[in-house]
Amino acid sequence: MTRFKTALCACASASLLALATLGVYVSAQSAEPKEKVIRITAKRFNYTPGEVTLKKGVPVILEFRSEDILMGFTLPDFNVREDIVPGKVTRLRLTPDKTGSFVFLCDVFCGSGHEEMNGRLVVTD
Amino acid sequence: MAKQRDEGYSRRDFMRLAGLGGVVFASNLPGFSLAAGQDDFFFVQLSDTHWGFEGPPNPDAKGTLKKAVAAVNALERQPDFIMFTGDLTHTTDSPVERRKRLAEFKDIVADIKVKTVRFMPGEHDASLDNGKAFQEFFGPTHYTFEHKGVHFIVLDNVSDPRASIGDEQLAWLAADLQKQPAEAPIVVFTHRPLFDLYPQWDWATRDGAKAVELLMPHKNVVVFYGHIHQEHHQMTGHIAHHAAKGLMFPLPEAGKAPTRTPLPWNPAEPYKGLGFRGIDTGSRTAATTLTEFPVIKA
Repeated sequence: MTRFKTALCACASASLLALATLGVYVSAQSAEPKEKVIRITAKRFNYTPGEVTLKKGVPVILEFRSEDILMGFTLPDFNVREDIVPGKVTRLRLTPDKTGSFVFLCDVFCGSGHEEMNGRLVVTD
Repeated sequence: MAKQRDEGYSRRDFMRLAGLGGVVFASNLPGFSLAAGQDDFFFVQLSDTHWGFEGPPNPDAKGTLKKAVAAVNALERQPDFIMFTGDLTHTTDSPVERRKRLAEFKDIVADIKVKTVRFMPGEHDASLDNGKAFQEFFGPTHYTFEHKGVHFIVLDNVSDPRASIGDEQLAWLAADLQKQPAEAPIVVFTHRPLFDLYPQWDWATRDGAKAVELLMPHKNVVVFYGHIHQEHHQMTGHIAHHAAKGLMFPLPEAGKAPTRTPLPWNPAEPYKGLGFRGIDTGSRTAATTLTEFPVIKA
């Protein structure tokens, strides 16, 4: 192989690599969530908003922040839960597969109002 | 499987304990058999005293625990030991106040005549400081002990505010159980239920199923717990789980109210819901008879 051909091959490989990289990047971009993001703030001893309404079969991202201490979010009827760590954003992807009204609550003991720290998820058709 | 009845063995003793927890006769626990010449024994379970709580659900918040202590001391037949299954105190953000409440609680129960009184924490005692203050007053939060042929295991599912037992304690439990014969009578104390009683109200232990799985090879296991402030009985396979009533305020049945708010105090029926349970089989089989009594007889 001549030096020119070697250089050409190297150049082509680099281009392909760049394209491949770009392809992955584009793919990653297209994989970014298009779902609606619902922001929920946890603060002793409530969630804001305290009621969230979703459509059955429509995926959403629940995005949590804690304004004070470690909290939890659990939605037992959908068997999902997350810790909500202060200073971090916690995201939970959820696609409700049934309609109704479901309780969500803090499952990390957070003090004297822990037992009252809950909210409601309403799922409609 | 437990069955209910309104009268039974040593009813007088049960009645004297009105509203103050549960009385457990060891010979009636599954797998327990008395050795020749060995006396039967019973112990008392008290739970969820929530010392420091103030509010309309119990106008006698400062008197109920003292009444319980007096009633236990008045038992004709004194128990071999007493077990407090957590939430000795009501939670507070203040480490100083937490220790004050624990100290006051300890002073009050020091009047119990029975020499052996054992303690374990509830989430109100331990979850905000991972059990630090509790340990200062009462020692380890999980431990074992033996009594007249019964192996007792105290599990801590509250010092982690996430309501987990944790891998380290589960490994400790597994090692302890390995030393027990499959037929050995085993009594487990926890604060929270080990099974998913009602996760919608946080009545569960996140990794409780792992503990139950470890217990399953053992044929004679009974679990006593608190947390839910009411009598409740459930089987997981052959293992019976019995919740005790509390000594501060009762809570509604799971899912029978919009929230787990304490039931209101009824002046016409004071101490209602703060009842007690006796457990008796009168045999040496796995069958048990539970006797429940109100605080005040109708």
